[in-house]
Amino acid sequence: MFKGVYNWIDERLDITPMWRDVADHEVPEHVNPAHHFSAFVYCFGGLTFFITVIQILSGMFLTMYYVPDIVNAYYSVEYLQTKVAFGQIVRGMHHWGASLVIVMMFLHTLRVFFTGSYKAPREMNWVVGMLIFFVMLGLGFTGYLLPWDNKAYFATKVGMEIADTVPYIGPYLKELMQGGTIVGAQTLTRFFAIHVFFLPAGLLALLGAHFFMIRRQGISGPL
Amino acid sequence: MAHGHSSKEKVVYVGDSRVKKRSYNPEQPDYTAYPGKSEAFIPNFLLKEWMVGVVALVAFLVLTISEPPPLGYPANPNNTGFVPIPDWYFLFLYQLLKYPYASGSYVVIGTVLIPAVMFGGLVMAPFLDSGKERRFYKRPIASSLMFVSLLAIIYLTKVAWNGYEHELKELNIIPEHIEREEKAREAAAAGKPTGQAKPGGKEVAIVDKDDPAMASFKKATCVACHGADLKGASAPSLRGIGDTLSKDEILKIIHEGKNDGKMPAMYDTAIGAGLTDQDIDHLAEWLAKQKAAQ
Repeated sequence: MFKGVYNWIDERLDITPMWRDVADHEVPEHVNPAHHFSAFVYCFGGLTFFITVIQILSGMFLTMYYVPDIVNAYYSVEYLQTKVAFGQIVRGMHHWGASLVIVMMFLHTLRVFFTGSYKAPREMNWVVGMLIFFVMLGLGFTGYLLPWDNKAYFATKVGMEIADTVPYIGPYLKELMQGGTIVGAQTLTRFFAIHVFFLPAGLLALLGAHFFMIRRQGISGPL
Repeated sequence: MAHGHSSKEKVVYVGDSRVKKRSYNPEQPDYTAYPGKSEAFIPNFLLKEWMVGVVALVAFLVLTISEPPPLGYPANPNNTGFVPIPDWYFLFLYQLLKYPYASGSYVVIGTVLIPAVMFGGLVMAPFLDSGKERRFYKRPIASSLMFVSLLAIIYLTKVAWNGYEHELKELNIIPEHIEREEKAREAAAAGKPTGQAKPGGKEVAIVDKDDPAMASFKKATCVACHGADLKGASAPSLRGIGDTLSKDEILKIIHEGKNDGKMPAMYDTAIGAGLTDQDIDHLAEWLAKQKAAQ
């Protein structure tokens, strides 16, 4: 029955080559931890993606309860954490996952750096990876404000003061991010939109490019 | 039929469909590009990677269950005593700004120049380190720069965190997320509400605004923190305070302070401002009369 449905779709859309291309590409021995234990360093990229998926899923569930306005934001998070079934777990996954994704990405970056995998012809993929790194830091910075507790508020205020010191464009940059002259209602809605729509959209596009290039170029050979 | 297709064909494409009928089966690739035991990504390798993923997932879930995510008190822009701290992965950049050569009039060095050089160098790494050699010990400049940067990041993060902990200790501050959780646990044990009271709702009126106690309230400098209209500023609102505190309790707070001196003992200040004991007594009585419901 499943096979019949698959064949019906395949006849019309010819989908087999697409997924076979992903499924059949070879994974060489030197990156396979089953053959060389030290090859576990090659798992960090996959784990980064795994945690990114967790972040996206847990974040989707958090937005079911979170209210991005300064009157309700804190109380919606408090409600989510203390009253909603498994709310504390879901928020915990998003909170700790945010740190873990940075750790994994950092380890992945170090692996690529110290194995010299960014060398020709893979320069572009390294640059895209770095852009992913910056997007992740941006997600961390914008997400930090959303619970709207004192820690969130004052850390963002310090961040804004730092942005303000950039020569020439600093004050404009600060006002653009704040959505006004103070860290307030506009800042929260703006950070929410950036955290939930703008940066994830950019992240998915960059991840697509990252994976496409890996698929095209293959993984770097043994040292 | 109108279209000239053979009726033996299983699917007849109409119009300009670009999908051609396939008469071959996709071939299995031969894994000869690399020597050794190559294997297919799905399912052979992905299953192994999934095992690593499962171990990571279990460890991660243990962490989320044992350590609840921190949540402090609602943001209060008037809170002047809060010690700001960024997320841990920004700490090294934050610490940089505390050194004299990267703060004050040189702050641009700490906020723009050093991060731009470091991150710029990282982005441009493949073009700066463009030799063919891949092993890290055969490219000493790139590797040693990375090692030094790593050590610097670890050092700066550690110093920043130690500084933060030291500052908390010095100021005798318990981080709000810990304090909130403890208080919530105590409140739960006592059967009281555990959540933070939400401000807003109905505005509580001042009771007997023309009472001479209002003048005493201003004279004794209470207004500086609690606001000229009793609505609170850096200290909480006192409107409706009579609902939670009695006259004696208020007197005690005036004499001894509250919250480890966040509300200081104001008795001497009040006397110094020319109030008598009777005025203070009357002030406490008036504050105790401030009830939300009339």
